[in-house]
Amino acid sequence: MELLSGAEMVVRALRDEGVKFIYGYPGGALLHIYDAIFTQDDVEHILVRHEQAATHMADAYARATGKAGVALVTSGPGATNAVTGIATAYMDSIPMVVLTGQVMSHLIGEDAFQETDMIGVSRPIVKHSFSVQRPEDIPEIIKKAFHIAESGRPGPVVVDIPKDMTTPTERYEYEYPKSVKMRSYNPISKGHSGQIKKAVDMLLAAKRPVIYAGGGVIMGDASKELIALAKELGCPVTNTLMGLGGFPGTDPQFIGMLGMHGSYEANMAMHHSDMILAVGARFDDRVTNGTDKFCPTAKIVHIDIDPASISKTIKADVPIVGPAQAVLKEMLEQLQAAKSTPSAESLKTWWEQIEEWRGRHGGRYKTDDSKQMKPQQVIEMLSKVTNGDAYVCSDVGQHQMFAAQYYKFNKPNRWINSGGLGTMGFGLPAAMGVKLNFPEEEVVCVTGEGSIQMNIQELSTISQYGIPVKVICLNNQSLGMVRQWQDMNYESRHSQSYMQSLPDFVKLVESYGHVGIKVERYEDLEGAMREAFAMKDRMVFMDIAVDPFEHVYPMQVPRGSMRDMWLSKTERT
Amino acid sequence: MRHIISVLMENEPGALSRVVGLFSQRNFNIESLTVAPTEDETLSRLTVTTIGDDRVVEQITKQLNKLIDIVKVVDLTEGDHLERELMMIKMKANNGTVRAEIKRTTDIFRGTIIDVTPNTFTVQLVGASSKLDAFIEALGTSNIMEVVRSGVSGIARGEKVLSV
Ligand SMILES: Cc1ncc(C[n+]2csc(CCOP(=O)(O)OP(=O)(O)O)c2C)c(N)n1
Ligand SMILES: [Mg+2]
Repeated sequence: MELLSGAEMVVRALRDEGVKFIYGYPGGALLHIYDAIFTQDDVEHILVRHEQAATHMADAYARATGKAGVALVTSGPGATNAVTGIATAYMDSIPMVVLTGQVMSHLIGEDAFQETDMIGVSRPIVKHSFSVQRPEDIPEIIKKAFHIAESGRPGPVVVDIPKDMTTPTERYEYEYPKSVKMRSYNPISKGHSGQIKKAVDMLLAAKRPVIYAGGGVIMGDASKELIALAKELGCPVTNTLMGLGGFPGTDPQFIGMLGMHGSYEANMAMHHSDMILAVGARFDDRVTNGTDKFCPTAKIVHIDIDPASISKTIKADVPIVGPAQAVLKEMLEQLQAAKSTPSAESLKTWWEQIEEWRGRHGGRYKTDDSKQMKPQQVIEMLSKVTNGDAYVCSDVGQHQMFAAQYYKFNKPNRWINSGGLGTMGFGLPAAMGVKLNFPEEEVVCVTGEGSIQMNIQELSTISQYGIPVKVICLNNQSLGMVRQWQDMNYESRHSQSYMQSLPDFVKLVESYGHVGIKVERYEDLEGAMREAFAMKDRMVFMDIAVDPFEHVYPMQVPRGSMRDMWLSKTERT
Repeated sequence: MRHIISVLMENEPGALSRVVGLFSQRNFNIESLTVAPTEDETLSRLTVTTIGDDRVVEQITKQLNKLIDIVKVVDLTEGDHLERELMMIKMKANNGTVRAEIKRTTDIFRGTIIDVTPNTFTVQLVGASSKLDAFIEALGTSNIMEVVRSGVSGIARGEKVLSV
């Protein structure tokens, strides 16, 4: 058997796990590991400019592929810089393995230089964590870390490695385990057939059914099954912010996103439904609005891989614990074998009602009352220019909601955004993580002039590795989402929501060797965008001036029901 | 309602802090908590008593089950069970009347006086938490110098066992 040092084992285990890229930043505690990286070329290391970006790159790779991304950060400040990225992945159940350096074991607890109790700091935001106590445990710990991160309800796993676990002169027998078994961790692989039967009976009897599908469909690779089931039932489908792309955005059965900034028809359909089939969604507060007023006439079937997500905020009438793919598959089989079919009559009436809602308020915004370009127009153009096929990595704010509402996602794993934590600064590194792994695909970062500045240093990483992402910056010269709330709730007192002293983004990106394009008039938009996408091997930053006074609508009225919405600055349901 | 939740978990460093952290992170209440290794040294048994409605307790057991180090979780209060808590209580006992009264009450509660000085008695008492409360109430707080309680341990009645 081969003898390797702890540092070499770390790198070799990553290779044996099939990892191509790791994203990281060196430091004292990691020097042995960085030396082991230097002497091989199976695993390529991407040097970011801030550890937060490393975690978002790893995270976005995972969102696009379902496989755990890997970040490597040093002890102390390196590790704490990664915290936001770990929390971002945790909130959206994204598989990630974060290797953190640690001071030598004998110094732990002595406030040594660059010592942070990373196991403690990260405890509430990881699925699990390991601290390496013996170098020979490294292969098994890394195997377990990947297994835990990727299976069941996925999530980030931290592996904390004291420097003395990686000493180059101390060598151990290396063998990478093919699989691991843990008596305390046995993720479930299928749903309970009896419960599925109950759900099927309810679906067959339902008059106004809605499928409400979330990120579990994406991470659970169940989009195909979802589409098949929806086709069989002929019912409307709404996606959460995390679930977009799980059902094709251009399909007539798709009624849009639901929730705080959901479509009028989706929120109305949910409110009036008599049967909600929730798949891989967790009834969070940005979806349900006031839980006491939530969907008063609906029976609820809730499919989720995490039993703790079921009946946490909204009680499920039929809970089904299991992976979305297996459960939907069995549901479809049972449905096809059933003697009856859903009533065509009630479905027709239901669709007439939904179409009426869709016709009344669906996907509308005003373009007439100002000369300014509307952010919605930019996203619609982006959707058109990229045929709804691009990987769209978003930052956080109004632009994120416009992208969610107006980009027509036809495929899963292509809408990549921080839904749960709402991390500004996520978009650019996320786009980089995807583009590196899918060099042939169109990868876009939709951002605002506020968010982009939270990880703008990564323009340098982009130059170093040649990662030709396209940035669509909806520049409204303000922290638009904050300003919207101030308009609506604080009589337009815009406390600290202006972005003053913006850089000249074109010059800024040029200084890194990229291409900048400024667009101020709608007439120029399509041409400029096509020009940007034609530059296949260049990073292009489009600084697009949009109406600074635009709001995102619909917007649910706080603590109301699903159907209580503002539809524009002056109309309410 | 008060629940006694029993947990079997890997005897690993950090496992306990995950359990305690979970309670504070999710705003669950802890009335008492005890933990010690079992006859199998790779496993620890933890008992936590908590107060919450059904929804909260369901969340507590589900969230505990999700922790990777946790092997099994059971809410003992769902079935017949035994609960015991150990208390040691040090009291002023500096005259004959008080000494006699403490001794009498200790006998009634089937406690044991385990340490004696000219001015103090230390009593050991084992039982359900409510019995320990009743003992304190019976003696009144004015003579009490120090109380230490172990927290509740619980086990199911009959043949049911919590094991891997
Ligand atoms: C790291 C972080 N800090 C603060 C916030 C709160 N926040 C949410 S949206 C927003 C404004 C975003 O501004 P910009 O990126 O310009 O997007 P816009 O809303 O203008 O489209 C802020 C400050 C956040 N989500 N993340
Ligand atoms: Mg802005």
